[in-house]
Amino acid sequence: MAETISLQVQRYRPEQEAEPTWQSYEVPLRRDWMVLDGLNHVKDELDGTLSYRWACRMGVCGSCGMMVNGKPVLTCATYLSALAPGPIKIEPLRGFPVVRDLVIDQSDFVEKLRSVKPWIVRDEDKPLAEGEYLQTPEELAEYKPYSMCINCLLCYAACPIYALEPGFVGPAAIALAQRYNLDSRDDGEADRLEILSRHDGIWACTFVGECSAVCPKGVDPAGAIQRYKVSAAAGWWRSVLMPWGTR
Amino acid sequence: METASYDILIIGGGGAGLRAAIAVAEDHPGASVAVVSKVYPMRSHTVSAEGGAAAVIRPGDSLDAHAYDTVSGGDWLCDQDAVELFVREAPEEMLRLEHWGCPWSRTADGHVAVRPFGGMKNERTWFAADKTGFHMLHTLYQTTLKHSPLAFLDEWFVTRLLVEDGRCQGAVAIELATGRIGALLAKAVILTTGGCGRVFAYTTNANIKTGDGMALAYRAGVPLKDMEFIQYHPTGLPFTGILITEAARAEGGFLLNKDGYRYLQDYDLGKPEPKPVLRSMELGPRDRLSQAFVKEMEKGRTIKGVYGEVVHLDVRHLGETVIDAKLPFVRELCRKYENIDPVHEMIPVRPVVHYMMGGVHTDNDGATPLAGLYAAGEVACVSINGSNRLGSNSLTELLVFGARAGAAAARYAAETPPLSSSILAQALEEERRLEELRRAAGGERVATLRTAMQQAMEGGAGIYRDEPGLRVTAARIGELRQRCGRISLDDRSLTFNTELVAVLELSNMLDVAEAMIHSGLERRESRGAHQRTDYPRRDDERFLAHSLAFRREGGAPRIEYLPVAITRWPPGERVYGR
Repeated sequence: MAETISLQVQRYRPEQEAEPTWQSYEVPLRRDWMVLDGLNHVKDELDGTLSYRWACRMGVCGSCGMMVNGKPVLTCATYLSALAPGPIKIEPLRGFPVVRDLVIDQSDFVEKLRSVKPWIVRDEDKPLAEGEYLQTPEELAEYKPYSMCINCLLCYAACPIYALEPGFVGPAAIALAQRYNLDSRDDGEADRLEILSRHDGIWACTFVGECSAVCPKGVDPAGAIQRYKVSAAAGWWRSVLMPWGTR
Repeated sequence: METASYDILIIGGGGAGLRAAIAVAEDHPGASVAVVSKVYPMRSHTVSAEGGAAAVIRPGDSLDAHAYDTVSGGDWLCDQDAVELFVREAPEEMLRLEHWGCPWSRTADGHVAVRPFGGMKNERTWFAADKTGFHMLHTLYQTTLKHSPLAFLDEWFVTRLLVEDGRCQGAVAIELATGRIGALLAKAVILTTGGCGRVFAYTTNANIKTGDGMALAYRAGVPLKDMEFIQYHPTGLPFTGILITEAARAEGGFLLNKDGYRYLQDYDLGKPEPKPVLRSMELGPRDRLSQAFVKEMEKGRTIKGVYGEVVHLDVRHLGETVIDAKLPFVRELCRKYENIDPVHEMIPVRPVVHYMMGGVHTDNDGATPLAGLYAAGEVACVSINGSNRLGSNSLTELLVFGARAGAAAARYAAETPPLSSSILAQALEEERRLEELRRAAGGERVATLRTAMQQAMEGGAGIYRDEPGLRVTAARIGELRQRCGRISLDDRSLTFNTELVAVLELSNMLDVAEAMIHSGLERRESRGAHQRTDYPRRDDERFLAHSLAFRREGGAPRIEYLPVAITRWPPGERVYGR
């Protein structure tokens, strides 16, 4: 293998060092290798101490997000050759506490996910014996894009608000709330709007849409956030104009 | 040592584990339940399933037809009582998932749509475009979040089951983030850890599919059933092993050799028609299609690729609109990972290891022979899959049997006496073993041994096998097990030590590989996915039976046989395309 490329990887081993350091590795530059294949080469052949997460290697499990040359990407879906001649700078996703090397702490995200009630809320359950809820392809299309989120957290790493205000519920969780709000089977929108309105962060969100730009699945969380603002504002106006009205 | 106690401990946070957790939470709200998983639940490999999940819903279809397709697809090694209850409970389970919000694809009038699938005589495969597993897993996970008493131990790796007084009473696990070791005590334990495709070199399976649950049970004395039956999916991408769903053929895709010829017509799978015909040609069962590939390769009619021989999967004639509506993920995967656009180009594919028909021996409630231990999903072998699983039965299986195992485990936990006081001694012994392993300095590297294992298995336990090849592989695996005892770790830290996990996974895979090889050696017949060139015929006289592999310390496993349950479909010929 004549051609190689250099990976400059951020290391952090809390048992050994107080601050992150950098380590450089030369890996083969193969036409069909992704950044993740390069990291696996390091792990298998050069240095067994490098830690990172990965699982499916087909862009659907959401495990392998990292900052590559300053941008949040799925490393299983980013070709080394696209970044040649290198060096390629690899860091953990921005905005999260780092556990070790390229491994971030994502427990906060899981709690945020739960907080938006991402499940079907019904005023009245239909018995199973009565079959499925009917839902036309058009009704499905309403929420389907927001259901494609793989929880890879790239949008959090890109979000300027989340970086400053960790209490912000964040792009993916808001998109997921909208996924259920827009589902014709769901009656939980009022609950979820109330939950989202508790967080001021959402109003600080600009129209820049970094979250949507980095989303590998085209979910458009920025669009979800704007839709939320419109619904929330409409709800506020309704409460002012029709204080005794129905929600 | 830290300990925690639960009524029910579920090991594995994929589809089967989450379904089991919901079953317990809904029907036994007082029970304490924990789901422990080496990854966050939404990373589980259920997420990668593409094509769909089978359940009878259309008029004109019938439970008997689904059962017959399953039994004949499994070459009569399925337990027919299990298959009958599976097809009966399948529609309700699928509906339940619809009520929980799964975004099933729909017909124009709003009903759930179904598509054809390989080996199925009727259209009965529910689908969410071609990301069915992804949507099912996320729906299940999000639904579990509303059951707040459910505890999730995310990124804990289970290393041993705790067995005392003849029953399973919990497990020992490492928390990856901190390296601390905990005893997770429980009145009942459910294994839902999935399969073990990573034993082989080319697989659709995620890096995490390392047979952990199978090895845990096997070491606890529970037999592994039908481990010789390993499904090769006929259409994986050559370098990555990424799955190109059977739905690509169900929607009308062709398999072509180097001459552009639909070669399946030469292998007793029917005549080529322009439109897909159920149980025919490209919609034949996976074992037969993968075997046809090997024969075609032997005739020199496959195409030489950078990563070995391939054939072509051609979906170009379906057109961009159909591809984008029904197979968007196929297009995304081909573009991103193979640099081709299936709208305009043919997809190079080869058979790759996909699914384990075998697994932990259970009854129809997911109960293993060890009291207090249950299993469901790919880790288990009930068996509804026999010697060859039909595409779209496994997603349904994890719902039906995940729910059954959850219910059975909850019943068992409710009437079980308190845990044995001596159980912690075992946990402490395991803690010592793990501490020593983390400091191991025997000289062997995990990646070297893993690659050697994968190559040995691909070489001797692939689509076609024979006695000499299996013997060589058995010796090779035995030798690798020895070498695994002399492993070295570069990484001695406590914090997120993925090298330690890799060593534990390798040791699990080597145990599972051993069971596969010896079960394969003993089965001197050809049936479904187990093809012996030295015994080319099915032999119902001797082998209409499940193999059970029992682990033996320091030697090959003991293999026993258990008769297959036949209720209504006596063994017959598998007929496709005629």
